[in-house]
Amino acid sequence: MTTVQTSMPPQAAATVEAQPLWERLRTSRNVLALWFMLPAAAFLILFLAYPLGLGIWMSFTDERIGRAGIFVGLENYEWLWDDAIFWLSVFNTLLYTLVASAIKFAIGLYLALLLNRHMPFKAMIRAVVLIPFIVPTVLSAIAFWWIYDAQFSIISWSLIKLGLIHQNIDFLGSENWARGSVIFANIWRGVPFVAITLLAGLQTVSPSLYEAATLDGATDWQRFRYITYPLLTPIIAVVMTFSVLFTFTDFQLVWALTRGGPVNATHLMATLSYQRGIISGRLGEGAAIATAMIPFLLAAIAISWFGMQRRKWQQGSDND
Amino acid sequence: MASVQISDVRKSFGGFEVLHGVTVPIEDGAFVVLVGPSGCGKSTLLRMLAGLENITSGTIAIGDRVVNNVQPKERDIAMVFQNYALYPHMTVAQNMGFSLKLRNAEQGDISTRVKKAADILDLTPLLERYPRQLSGGQRQRVAMGRAIVRDPQVFLFDEPLSNLDAKLRVAMRTEIKELHQRLKTTTVYVTHDQIEAMTMADKIVVMHDGIVEQMGSPLELYDRPDNQFVAGFIGSPAMNFLNGHLKSNGGQPYVETENGARLPIASAPTASDGRPVVYGVRPEHLDLASDGIEAEVAVVEPTGSETQIVARIGSQELIAVFRDRHKVEPGDKIHLLPRANVAHLFDKDTGRRL
Repeated sequence: MTTVQTSMPPQAAATVEAQPLWERLRTSRNVLALWFMLPAAAFLILFLAYPLGLGIWMSFTDERIGRAGIFVGLENYEWLWDDAIFWLSVFNTLLYTLVASAIKFAIGLYLALLLNRHMPFKAMIRAVVLIPFIVPTVLSAIAFWWIYDAQFSIISWSLIKLGLIHQNIDFLGSENWARGSVIFANIWRGVPFVAITLLAGLQTVSPSLYEAATLDGATDWQRFRYITYPLLTPIIAVVMTFSVLFTFTDFQLVWALTRGGPVNATHLMATLSYQRGIISGRLGEGAAIATAMIPFLLAAIAISWFGMQRRKWQQGSDND
Repeated sequence: MASVQISDVRKSFGGFEVLHGVTVPIEDGAFVVLVGPSGCGKSTLLRMLAGLENITSGTIAIGDRVVNNVQPKERDIAMVFQNYALYPHMTVAQNMGFSLKLRNAEQGDISTRVKKAADILDLTPLLERYPRQLSGGQRQRVAMGRAIVRDPQVFLFDEPLSNLDAKLRVAMRTEIKELHQRLKTTTVYVTHDQIEAMTMADKIVVMHDGIVEQMGSPLELYDRPDNQFVAGFIGSPAMNFLNGHLKSNGGQPYVETENGARLPIASAPTASDGRPVVYGVRPEHLDLASDGIEAEVAVVEPTGSETQIVARIGSQELIAVFRDRHKVEPGDKIHLLPRANVAHLFDKDTGRRL
């Protein structure tokens, strides 16, 4: 190399000042970012937003399978308002969600605290805890179906052999037994998710904080109350939001176990929507039941949103 | 305040012994620094004193009480951690008052004591801030405040300054020392930085590979190191070591190096002619002279107040520090003469002082 060009010819200097629109678009990072987002956005719109919109629209029509619907306004909702079975399903769903989520949280947190300790075979125990989460829902539902079977239930059999009861418990045949049974199955399935996620959260807490608290004179309970719990709240909020959403919209487990029976005692909004919309073919009404779930879900998200608002201690610049 | 007696303490992790019988007496009100390279067991010893690690054998007593089986919270000690271990979800005031709150102290009493400690450490304007909003030095002071509030028998510091930048480290060093002079609480301080040890301690305990190499006041250790390890560890730049043999010339002993240079010594053990030794001389005890060790200047490093010269004799490096500004260039041949009265002799095999 002998010479290096240091000054621009006059035309080139002019183009720098007044780039054409196309040139600016081509080099703009924002436009580029938009292109990168497009596939994901298209996917979400096509498979999430469109079906959701279609479902809500359908709830305002009297569409049935095999017949296009016409707009009927709020008629489906008016009809549901006076439907005792619908209200029973709302009650069942709320009961199912609240009881199952609360117990999942309690057991999950307990397991996470246990797994966070030093113990032999830690890795193996952690893997074992995940098993209920890995088994396909329908498979575990079928297993529970046998466990709860009116004639062959292993629980009834064991209790009889132990002499505690004298005849089989009809787990899925009587209302409250059935409710308790599906809730138990849901808890069994949901605990691993809560436990493993909270465990991940626990591991982000620096051990020296516990040591400092120990020297400060904290008992085990006080260390949990003043160190672990407050530091874990952001993760608890996320986990419990997901847990509540999954539980509220649960379908597979209940459908495989009871199909909503006995006498609609375990019908959740999701199963009722399926029964009315698909099995009975009244798509409009089914869509209305499904749409009625949205306000509940939004409320759950709103609660955790405000709970998760960055806490004061997480704000401010990091000086590390 | 209390004295601390560490007697023949051993610690094993599994079958691996990391402390091999350590005995350290600590007087009431003393500032003792445990210093040594990483892995020497100094932090383990401190954590055993705090009660965060079990004592495998031996005893640790605080005051008159053997604390081997006493819970950490019953030991009446306070510790400052290397990463400060401030509770991120509590304000400075809450952090400092936490231990009092756990003891069910009255709210008014807590805030009086927190205010008093904050006053001592200049933390008053920061009391309502969260740890995230503080600088490194401020966090360090909060960690100390948390210890002061408790008014414990013993303060423990675990490398508290190693996360700070150099300038702040020097400032905090002074601050901690001042605090100790003011509170007079027995303090055990762990560091790997010998400068920290030298500047802060009443008594330094040099540890290496799980044993105590030497104990004493900073200047004792500097002037009369017991062995080659302590000699090399204490002092910066480190002491120069030259291998050689003891010789004598008409009753006047000297050390002859492998390259034939004669190094003066004040006295030597009797009947030790021809014995292989290590000759130690500190960089500041070398003078430019017309005779002595002939060396070639490799690097000249002026710091303003003094000039460090790295010189080579064959493959060996020698560091000399001068307060005077000699005109020396890399490549120059110079003669360095050790001062005989402050030269050290160590046994070649055991490293013991002769």
